[in-house]
Amino acid sequence: MKYDAIIIGAGMSGLAAGIRLGMFDKKVLILEKHSIPGGLNSYYQRRNFDQGGIRQFDVGLHALTNFIKKGEKGKPFSKLLKQLRFSYDEFNLCPQTYSKISFPDCELKFSNDFELLRSEVFEKFPKERDNFQRLVEKILSFNELDLSQGHLSSREILKECLHDELLIEMILCPPLIYGSAWENDMDFSQFVVMFKSLYVEGFSRPKGGVRTIITLLMNKLKEVGGEVKFKTSVSQILVNDRGEAHGVVAEGREIFAPIIFSSIGYPETVKIASQNFFSGFSPRVGAMTFLESIFVFDQKIPLKMNDSTIIFYNNDKNYRYESPKNYFDPTSAVICYPDNYEPNLTEGEGVVRLTYMANYDLWHKLSREEYLPMKERVSDNALELVKKITPEFQGKLLFKDTFSPLTIERYTWHLNGTVYGSIDKTKDGRTPVKNLFIIGTDQGFLGIVGSMLSGISMANLHGLMEAP
Amino acid sequence: MANVRQIVVDIISDIAPDEDVTNLDDSVSLREQLDLDSMDFLDIVMELRKRHKVEVPQEDYPKLATLESCVSYLTPKFVTA
Repeated sequence: MKYDAIIIGAGMSGLAAGIRLGMFDKKVLILEKHSIPGGLNSYYQRRNFDQGGIRQFDVGLHALTNFIKKGEKGKPFSKLLKQLRFSYDEFNLCPQTYSKISFPDCELKFSNDFELLRSEVFEKFPKERDNFQRLVEKILSFNELDLSQGHLSSREILKECLHDELLIEMILCPPLIYGSAWENDMDFSQFVVMFKSLYVEGFSRPKGGVRTIITLLMNKLKEVGGEVKFKTSVSQILVNDRGEAHGVVAEGREIFAPIIFSSIGYPETVKIASQNFFSGFSPRVGAMTFLESIFVFDQKIPLKMNDSTIIFYNNDKNYRYESPKNYFDPTSAVICYPDNYEPNLTEGEGVVRLTYMANYDLWHKLSREEYLPMKERVSDNALELVKKITPEFQGKLLFKDTFSPLTIERYTWHLNGTVYGSIDKTKDGRTPVKNLFIIGTDQGFLGIVGSMLSGISMANLHGLMEAP
Repeated sequence: MANVRQIVVDIISDIAPDEDVTNLDDSVSLREQLDLDSMDFLDIVMELRKRHKVEVPQEDYPKLATLESCVSYLTPKFVTA
């Protein structure tokens, strides 16, 4: 079997790359280990017959970042629509109400109108007014898409602009937990991407959640003639003696193509490629992994108790974005209220999702008997936090579920259950092996919009402009 | 003879389905009138190749700036194609 390109992984980046290549008549094959598409942003269902039947859940997507209004131009999301030939309305975006960064003595709200965050900073940190303005100007004029940009520490740059430690921590918190593979810091290019996509552009969610995006991508891929094989694991990337990738081994069968795009992560890709071409270079596996508890109540939490969409919660005097010493870090969390994307809907069940940072090694060492009680402990802790934020809420809990770093590893095959991948990114997608390119998380564009743009730009650069 | 103007407009409306292409000024640059960036010009070139077997080398991309310049640059290519 001969293809023009093979893509490993049917997540957001792989599907987007497949669409771009297929659109220009390349014969594309996408190989996916899981039985469904989506990768890190996927979905599942749970049957719970005595409590309301089958429920659908999203994994990953709390928010689609990079919100634009219809007709807004020159933004990442509008580029994505054009490159994949979607119209704005197909995504059916429901904008957030607002979100907030909640620390012990201070709260900063932000929404899809950047002026809210600006006025919040002015009000709560009046001495930082001019400094914050300068920081914003620096960020807005920074070319984060310059793939040759060297590595810069965001924390260092923030310290040069701002003096108040608390403000620095608060501004860093959402970008870190929504995309940093590193502990306690991130690359400044990535910070700029996140600052614009979270604070300047904002959050929305497609009606129907992540399935809406995946369905759009799968239909488009089919339309342009792309092929996907599910439950198909790639065990080896074939490299010839000139150091060029020319195919893969999938389920024991060799499949050939002159170009391979891998979305499975950089360390994960190196593991299945011929090691000798990497001459000792091995991208490091990141330390950041997470736990998430989902709660379904018999009613929605009334807006008068909580009208925010996402709360970046921290209950300690410092914000630590690092692999916790214990199984999870209960002092900080991201709490997502997906119902508040459609605050006019008051009928129906209420959902809360709560994410904690977790320690992979400790979870990995748990025995089967210890694992479920530990998940239960996390879930109890999370439910306490939900109650603490909305103490008057009387809704009856109908269903709960928790996924752990082991769950992430089991369904995404990311080593150590990492969500933001390796701390070694390859911004232009190149690897020491010719014709083997990295797309998705470890190419370095972040979030759902970022990973689709990663697939698009790498397919354009390596598959269409420099077609081998 | 092929209507080169219509061919280019059709490609643009496929690339950017949310754009209104009915009232374009032929003498004003497309970038000024529409949300088009370098990625989109790559798409115009690739669509010309795919649909009409017309090749536009990278150094000639500036000749696609306006509809007027598209017509004068591309028409000979359509005649010989």
